[in-house]
Amino acid sequence: MSSSPTTRRPQRSRIARWGESALEAAIRVSGVSAIVFVLAIFFFIFREAAPVIFSPHFDPVEFLFSTQWYPTSASNVRYGTLALAVGSLAVTALAMVIAVPFGLGAAIFISEFCGHRLRETLKIVIELLSAIPSVVWGFIGLTVTSKLVVSATGAAVGVNVLNGGLILALMSVPIIVSIGEDALKAVPDSYREAAIALGATRWQIVYRVLLPAARNGLLAAVLLGVGRAVGETMAVLMATGHAVQIPHGLLDSVRTLTANIAAELGEAPVGSDHYRVLFLTGVLLFCITFAVNMIADLAIRGVRRRG
Amino acid sequence: MTASRERSPGLAAAVAAALLAVGCGGGSGDQPAKARATVIQNKGSDTMVNVAQAWAEDYHEIAPGVEIEVSGGGSGVGIAALIKGAVDIANASRNMKPEEIEQARRNNAGKEPKEFVVGYDALAVFVHKDNPLAYIDRPTLARIFGETGDITRWSQLGVTLPGVSDDTIVRVSRQSSSGTYEFFREHVLDNKDFKLGSRDLNGSKEVVELVGHTVTAIGYSGMGYATPSVKMISLAADAQAPRVPPSIEAVLDKSYPLARSLQIYTLGEPEGAVRAYVDWILTDAGQQVVERSGYVPLPTAQRKKP
Repeated sequence: MSSSPTTRRPQRSRIARWGESALEAAIRVSGVSAIVFVLAIFFFIFREAAPVIFSPHFDPVEFLFSTQWYPTSASNVRYGTLALAVGSLAVTALAMVIAVPFGLGAAIFISEFCGHRLRETLKIVIELLSAIPSVVWGFIGLTVTSKLVVSATGAAVGVNVLNGGLILALMSVPIIVSIGEDALKAVPDSYREAAIALGATRWQIVYRVLLPAARNGLLAAVLLGVGRAVGETMAVLMATGHAVQIPHGLLDSVRTLTANIAAELGEAPVGSDHYRVLFLTGVLLFCITFAVNMIADLAIRGVRRRG
Repeated sequence: MTASRERSPGLAAAVAAALLAVGCGGGSGDQPAKARATVIQNKGSDTMVNVAQAWAEDYHEIAPGVEIEVSGGGSGVGIAALIKGAVDIANASRNMKPEEIEQARRNNAGKEPKEFVVGYDALAVFVHKDNPLAYIDRPTLARIFGETGDITRWSQLGVTLPGVSDDTIVRVSRQSSSGTYEFFREHVLDNKDFKLGSRDLNGSKEVVELVGHTVTAIGYSGMGYATPSVKMISLAADAQAPRVPPSIEAVLDKSYPLARSLQIYTLGEPEGAVRAYVDWILTDAGQQVVERSGYVPLPTAQRKKP
C-alpha cells in the first residue's frame, strides 16, 4: 500500500526552495534597512558635526539661543541659530493653521459628503497637486503669491512669512487630504449604520462618530503635513525672503534652518567650522522632527488609553 | 496607524511616462553633439554669469567643436570647484585668498592657480526709480548696511517716498558665497559685519528685480544688471569727496569708489582648448562681449592681438 496522498509532500525543485529562502532574506533585509538607514544617516551627520561641538571656539548656548548668524564674518564669527529655528517654526505653524482646517475639511467632504464621480475627480486632482515638485512651488511663491501678498496686505516685500506659509500650506494640504481621507474610509461602515439607526444627522455622525474613531489616522495625516513643512527646503528658500531675523509679524522676511543649509553648504570649505556647524544645524533639524514624531506617538497612545 | 493608502496607479504611470518622454526628448538632441565636442567647464561668480554665457555662445560660433558649460553659484562656489579640480575655469568677482591659493596648490599637485583680469565692474547702489535719492556717501551706506549702523528709515536720510506709510528701509543684500557680498563688506563696511535682517538673495539679477518692485528698498549689484525700474545712484567716498556716478570712464580712471576687476582662474598655465578660449576672451571680440553685457572692457593696450 502506498502512502496516503495527504502525507505526500509536494515535489519542489532545489532552485525553487533556494529562491524562496533568498526572497525571504531579501524581504527581511529591506524590513530592517529602514532602521539601519535612519541610524546611519544620524551617525554620518553627527560625525561631520561632532568635531566642532568639542572645539573650544564653539559655544552650545550661543548656538541654540543667539540670533547672531555670522558664519563668514571677517572679524567676529558667530553661530547662533535661534532666528533660523524661529523662522522655521513660524512658517510651519502658519502653514498648519491654514492647511489643517482645509485639509481635514476636504478629507471629510471627499469621504462622507460627495458623490462617486466628484470624489474620483477630486482624488485625481489632489494626487496631481502632491506631484508638483517643490522648486515649482518655490517659483510660484516667488512670482505669483508674493505679488498677491503685496497687493492684499500692502507689505513692502512679498517674500515673507505669510508667503512662505501659504506655499507650504498648499504643499501639505494634498498629504493631509489623502491620508485623512484614507483614515476616515477605514472606519467600519457598521459605525455609520449604527449612528443612522439612532437618528443621528450627517454632521453628528462626522463630529461624534467618525472623527473620534479615525483620530489616530487624522493625527498621522496632520503630522505628516507638519513633517513636510518643517523639512521643505527649496520652496521656502525662494518664498520667504532669506533674511536672518526674528519675525515680528506675518509680513517680515525670515530664513529657515533648511534654507540656510541649502544656501550655505555649497560654499563652506569641507571640514571648516562653518561646514560642521551647518551639519550641526542638520542634527538640530533631526532632533526637531524626532521630537514632533515622539510627541505625536505619545499623543496617539494617550488618546488610545483613554478611548 | 490604521490608514491604508489608496493610489491611482494609472495616473502615476501616465505622469511618469510623460516626464520620461520629455527627459529623453531633451537628452537625445544634444547627446551626439557633446560626444564630439571638447567640453570646458566654467563656474563661479553670479555677477559674471551673463557675460560668461555670452562668451560661451559667441565662442561656440567661431569654434563649433568647443562646448563651454557655464554655471553660477557665486565666486566662492567657483573657486571651491576649481580647488577640487571640478572645473577648468573659475569666474570670480573677487581675488582668490592666499589660503585658497594654498589649498588649490595642495589639492592639485602643486599647480598654481593662474589669474586673468578679463574686465571691470562698478558695484552700483540701486534704489527704486521713484526714490528721489540721487547720491549717497560710503559712511552713510555703512550706517544703513552695517551691524552697528543706526539708519533704518528713509526719513533719517531726509528722503520722503511717494505713497508710502512705513518708510523702513528694506535692505537687499547677497548670500555669503557671493564675491559681490565680500567686496561690499570689505570696501563699504571696512570688513565689519552686515546688520542681520537684510534680504540675502541668490543672484545679482534678483537684487535688481526686488529693488525694482519695492519702493522702500536699497541694494547693491553689478552695474551691468541695471533695468529701467531701478536707479543707480552716485557714490562719494566720504561726505566731502566728489559724487561719482558709476560709468565706464569713472571705473577706468578709478574715481568711482566701488570699482573692481573681474577675473577668471585656471589651474596652472592653461593648455589646448582652454588656452585658446582664454586668449579669445582677451581679444577685441571677447572684450566687445564684456561691453555689450554692461561691464567695462579692458583698455586697448591690455588686450591680446588675435
